[in-house]
Amino acid sequence: MAKKHKWQDLIKDPLNENNPITVQVLGICSALAITVKLMPAIVMSLSVMVVVALSNVIVSLLRNYIPNRIRIIVQLLVVATLVILVDQILKAYAYDVSKELSVFVGLIITNCIVMGRLEAFALANKPWDSFLDGIGNGAGYGLVLIIVAFFRELLGSGTLFDHKVIPQWLYDHGYVNNAMMLLPAMALITVGIFIWVQRSMFPQLTEKE
Amino acid sequence: MWSLFIRSIFIENMVFAFFLGMCSYLAVSKKVKTAVGLGAAVVFVLAITVPVNFLIDKYLLQPGALKWLDPSLANIDLSFLSFIMFIAVIAAMVQLVEMFVERFAPALYSSLGIFLPLIAVNCAILGGSLFMQQKEFTQVSEAIVYGLGSGIGWLIAIVLLAAVREKISYSNVPAPLRGLGITFIITGLMAIAFMAFMGIKI
Repeated sequence: MAKKHKWQDLIKDPLNENNPITVQVLGICSALAITVKLMPAIVMSLSVMVVVALSNVIVSLLRNYIPNRIRIIVQLLVVATLVILVDQILKAYAYDVSKELSVFVGLIITNCIVMGRLEAFALANKPWDSFLDGIGNGAGYGLVLIIVAFFRELLGSGTLFDHKVIPQWLYDHGYVNNAMMLLPAMALITVGIFIWVQRSMFPQLTEKE
Repeated sequence: MWSLFIRSIFIENMVFAFFLGMCSYLAVSKKVKTAVGLGAAVVFVLAITVPVNFLIDKYLLQPGALKWLDPSLANIDLSFLSFIMFIAVIAAMVQLVEMFVERFAPALYSSLGIFLPLIAVNCAILGGSLFMQQKEFTQVSEAIVYGLGSGIGWLIAIVLLAAVREKISYSNVPAPLRGLGITFIITGLMAIAFMAFMGIKI
């Protein structure tokens, strides 16, 4: 517990070497389902970042008072309260996006990143460190989401943020949007390829047999 | 009723159509045996929690749902509490199931081990309840069938993946793709295969 964490590392590690999605294998469900377009992906990553950071702080403040046996329920309640807040705010100020995200805002509660970081970090560290850890992990999650969403929207609908980016003359010459990219299945394959690229660049991440 | 059952197993498969319960799906699919155990536990918990949450939603949370208590409560809308209620029900149910299994089937308990508490945070369970809310069922029997069907769909998916992964351990996968990467791609291909069900009308 006395271990000192450098604050730069807390932010930086989850972006690459300890990325929640590609290395820790947490929070994949939502990462795949809402990456058809960039906009919902960004909103989703922001919501997750807020929820992870705040719940990390709260649980870290409470860490000495939570009895070990009921900690999961306490954590779930903290997270669920925050998620309800986020959901209500989204419904009030960004109704269209919240419709598109549908059940996935609610599913932040069971997003393994939140629970995973609470268990692995917030229960044993000071509030400020936990806050940074939450921001870092939220950002690492968002990074993957945004990259995947970028490719899926670009190749699938030829748009970015709903603006056309593929020029018309390409379509005139027979370019066709790859509707396959819009299907859920391709999200899995895109993430698979993302992991492949990341691990070829950083061989230390490769899994041992 | 049949069509709802078949739909929730194949066409609206939790894993391949909505990516729910992915975390444990990827983590616990190395062996067919453990996959069957976890899958059975998920079926069980889904079949219980979806109807229970349906009743809570219908008689406590929806706008005007408290009318049966007193007509003056007719315009109370507690639906914003649904997340917290659902997750509390799920956590409590999982705890109950765990105690029951420990008491009456110790062999099953020791083989499921850590997976049971993990189910509380499996997105497929909460997702089942949230989709149930969206689908606006009218009868509790529909909720039971939906919970059971989506649980079975999840079970089928995880057992299939575990079987493929057992076989693929003999092949020579490129090193950076080993483990997680190839699993993602396999799941993607399986999802494409499952899309064949999509056009079927029942």
